[in-house]
Amino acid sequence: MYAIETENLTKKFDSLTAVDHINLKVNEGEIFGLLGPNGAGKTTAISILTTMKKPSSGKAFVNEKNVVDEADSVRKNIGIVFQDFSLDEELTAYENLDMHAAMYGIPREKRKERIEEVIEIVELKDRLHDLVKTFSGGMRRRLEIARGILHMPKVLFLDEPTIGLDPQTRKHIWEYIKSLQKKNKTTIILTTHYMDEADEMCGRIAIMDYGKIIAVDTSENLKNSLGGDVIILESENNEELEKELSKLKWVEKTELRNGRIYLQVKVGEKRIPQIMKCAKEREIEIESVNLHKPTLDDVFLHYTGRRIREETASGKESMRIRRKAWGRK
Amino acid sequence: MNNELTAVYFIWKRELIRFFRSKSRVIGSLGMPFFLLAVLGSGLNNVMEVSGGNYMDFITPGIIAMVLLFGSLLSGITVIMDRQFGFLKETLVAPVSRLSIVVGKSLGGATTAIIQGILILGIAMAMGVAVDLTSIPVLLILMLLVSLSFVTLGVALASLMEDMHGFQLVMNFIVMPMFFLSGALFPIDTAPEIVRYISYIDPLTYAVEGMRYLLLDYSYLPLSIVFGVLGGFFIITTSLAVYLFNGIES
Repeated sequence: MYAIETENLTKKFDSLTAVDHINLKVNEGEIFGLLGPNGAGKTTAISILTTMKKPSSGKAFVNEKNVVDEADSVRKNIGIVFQDFSLDEELTAYENLDMHAAMYGIPREKRKERIEEVIEIVELKDRLHDLVKTFSGGMRRRLEIARGILHMPKVLFLDEPTIGLDPQTRKHIWEYIKSLQKKNKTTIILTTHYMDEADEMCGRIAIMDYGKIIAVDTSENLKNSLGGDVIILESENNEELEKELSKLKWVEKTELRNGRIYLQVKVGEKRIPQIMKCAKEREIEIESVNLHKPTLDDVFLHYTGRRIREETASGKESMRIRRKAWGRK
Repeated sequence: MNNELTAVYFIWKRELIRFFRSKSRVIGSLGMPFFLLAVLGSGLNNVMEVSGGNYMDFITPGIIAMVLLFGSLLSGITVIMDRQFGFLKETLVAPVSRLSIVVGKSLGGATTAIIQGILILGIAMAMGVAVDLTSIPVLLILMLLVSLSFVTLGVALASLMEDMHGFQLVMNFIVMPMFFLSGALFPIDTAPEIVRYISYIDPLTYAVEGMRYLLLDYSYLPLSIVFGVLGGFFIITTSLAVYLFNGIES
């Protein structure tokens, strides 16, 4: 049984295809990451899975329930932490949680108990009866996570749960989420464009770009698929050095770019001394050496030809513009 | 079913909590009607001759209707604010029907509007307006009908709007004309023909006349027409609100 299964899931907004024939299978109890730049379609995919948007075509199942035909029973068994804040600021933390619990059908006698349990987990017990508008960004996020798990969902969706938070709070939040998954065997679907987070947190990662899923695997396998480490060199005579190095049989690939030599090798740290030796024999002076272990960013670059980081600066802006162009729906 | 009722109750309660928590909203909502009564009412009292009593008495039902109109419509329109502050999403993904959300929201908005209406009635009475208190039970039913109609109208309009920009439009082209054409401030039966005809299509006219009948014991419209028209208006706005709110995709 899969916690999530999609068949050619597609969502179109006029001319833009935000989600393009996605096929996903997520196991129960897995932490599954959707990684991609802003505007890649992650949030739209999540919106469909959480019954907020209807797919243009294709099917999606959460806990084996169809998100369109059985929306109500899907909703009962999922928890969501939205990308944007979604608390009522004029209410206290307790009132927010109480209302949520009531709407998810938790009986009155159990509400208080559950609220005390979750508020303890996110360490906001002493702020329980304060108005949410007095909370900091990190506290709000924690409260939203508490709300998301209040009704013990089988699947928890986290859409960029740590965006705009300081590193310390981010780390803290990930700790909660990890312990949750261990304790309750909750399936967790998260989207992020912080690659280090995806790398550390997720069992498997799906890389998304322009609405398509480009690759799905564990972070380890994705990185290994690139074929090893990269050594970056600067020297006084790049052309000649590159020619010489490309003759070495353990060098898998060389490239000259932006005044630097890029070498693809396995176990790069062991090759650096050999490179130095080779350069010395040819009397070429090396100015700098840099060893680069592949990251998910490189994986993204490999599959899309672009870097995820370059996208993120302007990505948010262009997403807004695109969203405006879509009109209301 | 039980769960739906719980949801209605909690959404209703939320409206009340929010209303009482923002003191500025309570005071602000009573400011304008108070000045209308105090300044316009007392200022024109001696120069205006209206059938059935003095001018201050005459505009009191109109001002109460205005409070209901403003209060209810504003409550309905807060759907946009809920959307902008993200809270709407939280309610939309909850396992409750959209109908329950609209019902809870409307009952909540109507309750707060009626509280404002009763407060202004109290203020008017303190200023010496003599009203017929025996009709209070019927008055409350009328107030509920009027408030629910305008909250649902607000919800319907808010479901069409993307952000608060459209709000000015609603104020200038719906709320203000509705108020001025309703006969809240002048008797319609003696107004020029064109004004009279336009005011007959203004639902607030019937609210004003109904209240005038109940509070001051005179009106040129019988209560049956008042309730008939407002009942029809209520059915239209509620259907629109439910239909349009159902269409919201977050």
